Amino acid sequence: MEIGVGLPNTTPGATGALLTDCARRADAGPFGSLAVLDRLVYDSVEPFAALSAATSVTNRIQLATMIAIGPLRPGALLAKQAEAVHRLADGRFTLGIGIGARRDDYTAAGADHRRRGALLSEQLAHLRGTDYPGEILVGGNSGPAFARMARYADGYAHGGGPPRAFASAATKAHAAWRDLGRPGAPRLWAQGYFALGDDDVVQAGCDYLRDYYAFTGPFAETIASANLTTGRAIKDFVRGYAAEGCEMLVLLPTVSDVDQIDRLAEVIG
Amino acid sequence: MKVTIIGAGPSGLYLGILLAKAEQPHEVTVLERNPADATFGWGVVFSDETLGALRDADYPSYLDITDTFARWDAIDISYRDTVLRSRGHAFSAIARKQLLAILQRRAAELGVVQRFGQEIAGPEDIAALCADTDLLVGADGVRSVVREAATETFRPTITPQGGTYIWYGTDLVFDAFRFIFAESEHGLFQVHGYPFDEHASTFIVECPETTWRKAGLDEMSEADSIAFCEELFADELGGHRLMSNKSTWLRFPLVRNGSWHARVADTPVVLVGDAAHTAHFTIGSGTKLAMEDAIALGAAFVRHGSDNPAAALVHYERERKPIVERFQQAATDSAEYFSRVHEHTHLAPPQFAFNLLTRSGRISHANLAQRDADFVRGVDVWFATDQAEHAIAPPPAFTPLALRGLRLANRMVGGVPRDAGLVLTPLTAVSPGGRVSPDSPTLCADTDVARLRAAVADAHAHGSALGVLLGHAGRRGATRPPERGVDIPLPDDEAWPLLAPSPLSFGPGSQTPRAMTDDDLAEVRDAFVAAAKWAVEAGCGLVALDCGYGYLLASFLSPLTNHRTDDYGGTAENRLRFPLEVAEAVRAALPDDCPLGVRLTVTDWARGGLTPEDGVTAARAFAEMGVDLVHVVAGQTVAESTPEYRRGFLSTLSDRVRNGARVPTLVGGHLTTVDAVNTVLAAGRADLCVAEFLRTPAALTAGRAA
Repeated sequence: MEIGVGLPNTTPGATGALLTDCARRADAGPFGSLAVLDRLVYDSVEPFAALSAATSVTNRIQLATMIAIGPLRPGALLAKQAEAVHRLADGRFTLGIGIGARRDDYTAAGADHRRRGALLSEQLAHLRGTDYPGEILVGGNSGPAFARMARYADGYAHGGGPPRAFASAATKAHAAWRDLGRPGAPRLWAQGYFALGDDDVVQAGCDYLRDYYAFTGPFAETIASANLTTGRAIKDFVRGYAAEGCEMLVLLPTVSDVDQIDRLAEVIG
Repeated sequence: MKVTIIGAGPSGLYLGILLAKAEQPHEVTVLERNPADATFGWGVVFSDETLGALRDADYPSYLDITDTFARWDAIDISYRDTVLRSRGHAFSAIARKQLLAILQRRAAELGVVQRFGQEIAGPEDIAALCADTDLLVGADGVRSVVREAATETFRPTITPQGGTYIWYGTDLVFDAFRFIFAESEHGLFQVHGYPFDEHASTFIVECPETTWRKAGLDEMSEADSIAFCEELFADELGGHRLMSNKSTWLRFPLVRNGSWHARVADTPVVLVGDAAHTAHFTIGSGTKLAMEDAIALGAAFVRHGSDNPAAALVHYERERKPIVERFQQAATDSAEYFSRVHEHTHLAPPQFAFNLLTRSGRISHANLAQRDADFVRGVDVWFATDQAEHAIAPPPAFTPLALRGLRLANRMVGGVPRDAGLVLTPLTAVSPGGRVSPDSPTLCADTDVARLRAAVADAHAHGSALGVLLGHAGRRGATRPPERGVDIPLPDDEAWPLLAPSPLSFGPGSQTPRAMTDDDLAEVRDAFVAAAKWAVEAGCGLVALDCGYGYLLASFLSPLTNHRTDDYGGTAENRLRFPLEVAEAVRAALPDDCPLGVRLTVTDWARGGLTPEDGVTAARAFAEMGVDLVHVVAGQTVAESTPEYRRGFLSTLSDRVRNGARVPTLVGGHLTTVDAVNTVLAAGRADLCVAEFLRTPAALTAGRAA
C-alpha cells in the first residue's frame, strides 16, 4: 500500500504559496499521491485549480481529486478540467468523483440535486465515451454508487472511517465489479484526516473538521473524534488499511500548515 | 456528574450500577413509570460472550445472575414428526423478573436512587429533567419518550418487521432451545421456546399475518388465543399450560436512530437499549445488546471523564453502532426467513434444519461443524447420499449433481476449466448483431462450432463439463470491451443496429434500439434454435439461455423495458411470452438428455420493475416448460438501479426461487470461500454455485523470493 497526502485546499486561509510549498514537499517526500477535496460553499481553493498549481512544482507524485463533486459542473466542463490537469501533469492524475453530501453546493452551482446520481453516470459515460485517458475512481457508499463505480470507473474511492468500514466497502466494490462483468479487480483508494503537533494544532484540526462537517449535525463530532492526532494512531490506521487490501491511503491535513506534510513524512518514514 | 436515567429495564439499571461504582462515582437517579415488581416478558437470553462482558463489568451482579441461570448447549428443531438436535450453541437465560430484581438490589447497594411509578409524559417533562441534571439517559424502550424530545437529532425510524407473534410462558421446562413447526389448516405456525429457570420456559408463537387472520386470532380474546395455541401445540406441550402475561399479538418494531445522542436545553441526552435500536426477537439479542450498550457507555465515561460528556457519547456511539448494525442485518435476515419459512416445508428435515440454523448469515457450514461435528457430518451424508447409511461423505461443494443426462463432478461453477464441475461460457451471441462487444463470442457459424468444440475438449480434459450461455445483447449491445467500463457505446462508425422489445436506450449515450417486428422475433428465435443445435454438435453438456441482466430476452420480462402493446407486452404473461417461446423452441431442438438452463433476472432492484415474486412466477413458468436449471441473477435491467452488494447477496433470492418455484438453481453473488458454497448448498438455497475463488490458483507463498 502507498501513502498519499492531502493538499490543504479546503482548510481555511490556504494561500497559493502554501499550496505550492506543500506540493513541493509532498513530491520530495515518501508519498505516492497528493490529493485535494472539493466543496463549493466553503472557504477553499477549487480542486482542479489547486492541482494545476501543483503540476508546475511536482515531477513525480500522482495528483488526485479525492473526490471532486462531479455534478456541480456540466459534464463537458468536468471532462475539460480533468483533461487539463491530466495534460499539465503529464498523465500523473487520478480523477476521483462522487456526488458529495451537501445540498447547498448543488443549489449554489444550479445543479439538480435530485438527479445527482444520474448526472454522475452521464458524466462518467461522457468521459469514457470521449476516451478520457486518465484513471477514474468513483466514491460513495450506496448500492447505486458501487454499481456506477463498477460500470464506469477503474476503482473505488472510500470516503473514510475505521479499517473495518473500509473492509466492508472493499467487499462491496469487488462484488459489484464481478457483477458487472469487469475483468480483474477495482483499484482501492481510501482516506483519513490527521493533525500532528501540539495541543493547539490538534485542537485547530478538530475544530476545522467540526466546522467542515457541521452540516452532518452530531456526526461532525464523530468525524472530529476520529482525527488522527498521534504518530501511533496514524501507524495503527495505516496498518489496518493495508491489511484490508487498500492500495492508496491518502492522509489529509486538517490545518493549513506546510509543517504537517513534514510531520507526516516523519511518522510514515 | 449528576445522571438521570429514564427506564429501569436491564440497560438503565445496569448503566446506573456501572456509573455508581466508577472510581469517581456519579450521582445516579433512575426513574421508572411502572412499579418495581411489574413484569413484562418471560425469559431473556445471553450468549457466553455476553456473560464474559458482564463478569468483567460487575462481578457481584454477575454471580447473582449466573446463580439462577438456565444453561443449555443444544438447539432442537421439531419439524415433521422428527426432532433434530444441533449441539455446541452455548446459551443461558434468566427470568426477566429475576434479572431486574438482582439489578435493582445491586443498584440500591451502590446508592442509585430508584423511583418507581414516575410517569414521564412527554417532551416538557424531559426538558424539565434536563434542566436539573448533567446527563439524561433514555433507557425507556421501544416507545421512548426521551427520544421524542429531540427527534430532529435522533432521527428515529420504527418499521414493523417479520410475522405476527405473541410472547407466552409455559410450565413445560425445555432442555434446549426449541423450534417447533406446526402445520394448521390456516398455515404454518412456529414456536421459539427456551427454558429460563427450573420451572418455566419462554414460548413465543409466530406466524405470517395472513395466517394469523385466517385463523381468526385477530378477533380472539386472550383466553381464546391461549386455547388455540395450546391445542395447536398439544403434542409438544404434553398437558402443560401456556401462560399469558398481558400477552398480545404484535408485529416486531425495528427501531433505528440516525444519531444516538443529542442535546436538550444544552444537556447531553443519550439513548441505550431498545430506545436506540432493536433487533428482531428471532435472534434473541435484545437484552444482550442493551446491557452491552450500558457497558460501553460506562467505559466511555471512564475513558473521557465527566468533564467532557460529548466526547464520551461520541465514543460510545462510534463503538456500538457498527456492532448493532451487524446484529440488525442478521436479525432482518432472520425475520425474513421466518416470515417465509412456510415455503421450506418441502425440504427434508436435515436440510430444513441446516437452513434454519444458517438463516441469519452469522453461522456457516464450518462454524456449525466446529460446534457440532456430528450434526454436520449427518447433514453432509444426507446431502451426498439422500440417506443415512454412510458414516462420512464429502462436503456439499464436492458432491456430484445430475441434470438429465449431464453428470457434474462437483457443485462449483467457474469460467475456466480447472476444479469447476461446470464451466459456463460468457454470453455467447446467437447472431453477430447480438454481441455485447466486437470481441464477444458468437455461435452462428461453422468456425464458431470448431472453437466451442475445443473449449469442450479442454473442459473434459480437466474433468469439467461445458455449458454454453446463449444470448442476445439487445439494447446493451454494440459496446466497447469491458476493460475500461461496461455499457460504453462503440463509436458510431463501429456500432451495429440494436434490437429490443421497445425503442428505449439503456444508459447515457447508448444507441436507441429498434422495436422488434414479428419478423425480428421469428429470426431471433430461429437463431437461438440454430445456436443450440450447434452447441450440441460441439459437445456442450448444458445449454443455457440468457434471460438476465437486461439483455434481449430479459428486457421482454420487465415492465421497465417492455412497453409493447401487442401479445408480447403489457401483462406479466405477455411479457413472458417471447422468452418462453424461445425456451420452448430450444427445448424441442435439444436431445432429451441435454439439460436446458436459463439465466434469469428475478428482480430489477428498481422502482416499478420486477419483484422477487415476479421472479418466482417466471422461474415456475420456465420450469413447467422443461427448464432444468435457473441461474438466479438480479438487477442491471436498467442502468440506475439499487443493488445491495455483500458476500452472498443473491443467496436469499435463490432460496426463494428454488423453494418457491421448486426448480434447481445456480447462484453466484460473490461467494468467495468453499465454506460459503457449502453453506448455500447444504441449506438448499441453490444446487450449484458460481465460485469466485476458482478464478485464482491457491498460492501459499506471501511473495516471490528475490
